[in-house]
Amino acid sequence: MSSRTFVALCFLPLAIFTLAFLALPLVRLILASGEGEAGWGVYLEILQKPRYLSTLIQTVVISVLVTIAALAVSTTAGLFLVRNRFPGRGTLLSILTLPLAFPGVVVGFMIILLGGRQGLINQITPGHVVFAYSAFGLFLGYLYFSIPRVLLTVMAAAEKIDPALEEAALTLGASPYRIVCDVLLPALMPAMIAAGAIAFATAMGAFGTAFTLATNIDVLPMVIYTEFTLAANIAMASALSVILGLVTWAMLLIARSFAGGTVAAGG
Amino acid sequence: MLKSPAKILQLAVTLIACAFLLVPTLQSVLAGVTVNYFQGVKSGLTLKWIWEVWDLYAASIFLSIWLAFCCLICTLIIGVPAAYGLARNPGRMSRVLEEFISLPLAIPGLALALALLQVYGSVQGFRAHWSFILVGHVLYTLPFMVRAVLSVMAAIDLKTLEEGAASLGAPAWRRFIDIAVPNALPGVLAGSLTVVTLSIGEFNLTWMLHTPFLKTLPVGLADSYASMRLEIASAYTLVFFIMIVPLLMAMQWASARAQRILK
Repeated sequence: MSSRTFVALCFLPLAIFTLAFLALPLVRLILASGEGEAGWGVYLEILQKPRYLSTLIQTVVISVLVTIAALAVSTTAGLFLVRNRFPGRGTLLSILTLPLAFPGVVVGFMIILLGGRQGLINQITPGHVVFAYSAFGLFLGYLYFSIPRVLLTVMAAAEKIDPALEEAALTLGASPYRIVCDVLLPALMPAMIAAGAIAFATAMGAFGTAFTLATNIDVLPMVIYTEFTLAANIAMASALSVILGLVTWAMLLIARSFAGGTVAAGG
Repeated sequence: MLKSPAKILQLAVTLIACAFLLVPTLQSVLAGVTVNYFQGVKSGLTLKWIWEVWDLYAASIFLSIWLAFCCLICTLIIGVPAAYGLARNPGRMSRVLEEFISLPLAIPGLALALALLQVYGSVQGFRAHWSFILVGHVLYTLPFMVRAVLSVMAAIDLKTLEEGAASLGAPAWRRFIDIAVPNALPGVLAGSLTVVTLSIGEFNLTWMLHTPFLKTLPVGLADSYASMRLEIASAYTLVFFIMIVPLLMAMQWASARAQRILK
């Protein structure tokens, strides 16, 4: 057997598996979206029916807000952890990356423990403070799993910034505020765009967290789920899935072009 | 260290973020071993809830471990040779192929599950079998295995090593088994731990693919959050933490080790 035949054989298991379980199902999904009563007009219907349009807008708004919040928190914490060495730093870093392995449902449960009926906030504050099942609870849940992903990307970039740049700015008399705006943020910008795109894509597609928390909120994954299981509207569920998949895929392509490597999506 | 107000603000943000992530985790650990969570710790500590979780959900815990093990075997069989093939043929086609098999990272699990269900949902013997869930898990974890192995194989000088072996008369398959795989072991280890960790925690695909008789650990978690008292849900989450946290730490250690070896 020649070397070339052997290398070709190496691709055989992969080819069989991806053709059968990735390529074929994805083609089927796209075709199925056009097999409803409306045909391919189903995509037009999404923009025309208020229920679907408001779901789309709501999902994008929550995802944008989560992305901004996660970038703000993780960039601040990430820069602090990269620039300072102190006892307990490793522990803080472990805590901040711990949720990477949590499935979305567990993240949802964490928010219920904070803001549910038996939650911490309701117990320590006077009055009745329950926010776990509101849009704010969903926002906190998405933020919970976004912080570690953004943090890792930003920290990896921050470690590569040459400290000499900052020192040069200092000797030229720049204030700490100007150093952040003129030196650090521009150097971190590609990583922040990449991390932001990852956070946005993950929040758009988060099913587990929404499944636990969004009983009254229409976000895209929940609407896809109910269209498929309850309404049995397979064409609409497929069309919404195709749109969701295209958006998250485009986002991760952006992320990849700004900084190599992606952190596992999930949620 | 805390010279300026800016530093203090940064520290405050870091600590608040840590508290936000850690406090509910500790609450769930505590609630899982408290007699009555609503009355607090003063009602006493107990392992009763953990035993109850064991009675209720032992089958789903074992199913998850079994699936993770099978998923590891499948990703090794499919992923390691594929990574070798990609490393041997770097170029445009390989990039496209890598991008394609990475699609399950970009497309939400829910959409992938819908796609799988529409093709194989009506194949009775397959739909209700655990291997249907396994397919979802392999689909989702395979890109991690391929990338982990490929990054190591691309960094070592595979070409020179193989030429040496070939000049000594080693055929292609021996060079793969005796040269490529042993040199890529740090990547294989990092990839394997990632695959197992992700498979045990996978929910988005699994929820759509599972049947009432095949509940994995995270599916059981969702079930307990919806229908069990808070102490049992917490105890079950605690069991999950005990399984996943060591795996996560091992995975981060192995990935850092693979990176170090590359430098």
